[in-house]
Amino acid sequence: MNITLARPRALVRSDAIQRLLAFGALIVLIVVFSVASPNFLQFNNIIGILLATAVNGVLALGVTFVIISGGIDLSIGTVMTLSAVMTGVLITDMDLPVPVGIVGGIATGGLAGVANGILIARFHIPPFIATLGMLNVAKGFALVISGLKPIYFNDNPEVNQGAMGSLIGSIIPGLAIPNIVLVLFGAALVASLVLSKTILGRYTFALGSNEEASRLSGVSVDRWKIAVYTTCGLFAGLAGVLIAARLNSAQPSLGQGYELDAIAAAVIGGTSLSGGEGSILGTVIGAFIISTLTNGLRILSVPQEWQIVVTGGIVILAVYLDVVRRRQRA
Amino acid sequence: MRATSRILAVAASMAIVLAACSGGGASNAPSSAAAPSASSAGGSSSPGTGAKPYIPVISKGFQHQFWQAVKSGAEKAAADLNAEITFEGPASESEVDKQIEMLQAALDKKPAAICLAALDSKAAIPLLERAKTENIPVVGFDSGVDSDIPVTTAATDNIAAAAEAAKKMAGLIGDAGEVAIIAHDQTSRTGIDRVKGFTDEITANHPNITIVDTQYGGGDHLKSTDLAKTIIQAHPNLKGFFGANEGSIIGVLNGVKESGSEGKITVIGYDSGKQQMDAIRAGTEAGAITQDPIGIGYKCVESAVKAINGETLPKTIDTGFHYYDKTNIDDPAIAALLYE
Repeated sequence: MNITLARPRALVRSDAIQRLLAFGALIVLIVVFSVASPNFLQFNNIIGILLATAVNGVLALGVTFVIISGGIDLSIGTVMTLSAVMTGVLITDMDLPVPVGIVGGIATGGLAGVANGILIARFHIPPFIATLGMLNVAKGFALVISGLKPIYFNDNPEVNQGAMGSLIGSIIPGLAIPNIVLVLFGAALVASLVLSKTILGRYTFALGSNEEASRLSGVSVDRWKIAVYTTCGLFAGLAGVLIAARLNSAQPSLGQGYELDAIAAAVIGGTSLSGGEGSILGTVIGAFIISTLTNGLRILSVPQEWQIVVTGGIVILAVYLDVVRRRQRA
Repeated sequence: MRATSRILAVAASMAIVLAACSGGGASNAPSSAAAPSASSAGGSSSPGTGAKPYIPVISKGFQHQFWQAVKSGAEKAAADLNAEITFEGPASESEVDKQIEMLQAALDKKPAAICLAALDSKAAIPLLERAKTENIPVVGFDSGVDSDIPVTTAATDNIAAAAEAAKKMAGLIGDAGEVAIIAHDQTSRTGIDRVKGFTDEITANHPNITIVDTQYGGGDHLKSTDLAKTIIQAHPNLKGFFGANEGSIIGVLNGVKESGSEGKITVIGYDSGKQQMDAIRAGTEAGAITQDPIGIGYKCVESAVKAINGETLPKTIDTGFHYYDKTNIDDPAIAALLYE
């Protein structure tokens, strides 16, 4: 009895430790870079870091659900691109209103997520393989639908202005935080509520902790798995809308590689690759660590090859900490 | 629920097949026409048998506007000179291994000649040796190979072109101040040559200009944007910015715009594309170097046909470059080289 009670408590605590560690690391980074360069801690540069986090952050929110459920989604980068292209086609080629394009883009991501979920839950294709396939399918479709050309929103300037304009700045002059950053925080809030307050959130953790136990206790595992991948797809769709708005264009050939940065953000933030553990707050901190690190190293003109080495090293360190925590618990 | 998921699964698998078909179709649009004659020409790669000579064109990519323009030039030459071509390239410019496989497969078809834009200047050499022993002439285009096997190479002199960009930059910023460079990568021939051409011109002839930073964004628009913003942040006195390919320059333009530095920083780019052309017309970008992608495609197929016919060719064919700005962007001679 005591053991069963002690377990969940330990679970929460070790998760919180990594989040605290990650937050501490972020603070250390900010302090170090601020001392090293006078150009780092400036309003414009902070905005730059926030902007650089937006797309990767939103992707990371979605993939956090999948990783907590014990799965992985490698398709989010190119699904993001496909969603961006879809938004572009709806708004420019079909001349539909901007909100329709936004909803269409997000829905495209959701559909890709449904397909991933079905392949994994019903057809028992391992998540790694199923989403790897989807990575290519989405990439191919993005190229086909766009006709291999970038789609520009030049006739719809509100797309870019909507993302890069500042609602806050129009209320409080001088505090011009672009709306795209608000979208990131809004999305994080929604993700956090879903993960902590809803059945979907509870089953996401249950699937990751012990899928078999969930199945035996009568949980419709397949259906919830599909729901988890759909959630991830919806966030990838939102990221697609954001990247299109920021670049004022849907670029059909980028996107691959973005999934790894998103997964890294989740892992750095304490989401365990073995499932059952993680938090949205941690993922947001993880995403900020990646963008702050890249920004700071660039400000200091550190050669790019070394920037990549450092980011990779931090991911390895984060996973190692996760392993250590698990061993202590066992 | 079962039925719906089965339908969805069928749809998903159809999607996979569809994507595979159309993805391939996009890269070798003419191959359906070329394939039968390719096999018939396969047995007799020698010229003058009456069949059209088959020339596979192996590019560095197919999904960028630049390669689409090269492809259209190659197709035009094939039509003019009565040759059959296929045009293919890997999905990204880092997939050296995929390109080698394509080259291998192309050689297996025993073509009359081969056109190759090597992603890596050394990796293809063993296969080129094989082409040599099988008497298949190889024509390089866009990027050279570190070997004397190619009968000729049709390419832009990127060092000279980037040096021209540096001269224009110097003129526009009063021959003094800080400038920065964003390029696509530090390993490809074009990435190396453009950074070298620009940097060498500045250090040799413009002592009052300092290059404060050279960074690489992989040609990715978003990464180049964040990169450009950071460089502007780190160097508040920056007067000039050079973007060494289309993805890089779009990042520079976005970064300058988002930092509110439009008009304060002189921007010079490379290649064309709609966004860059719009920026040049609007004056937010001073100008850009354009290569002649259609000419590159045309010259490589033309040279391949000449090689098949036993003509001797110069070792390199300079396909030329031009600097264009607001004043001459609509000149017919320049406009023909630009793509949206």
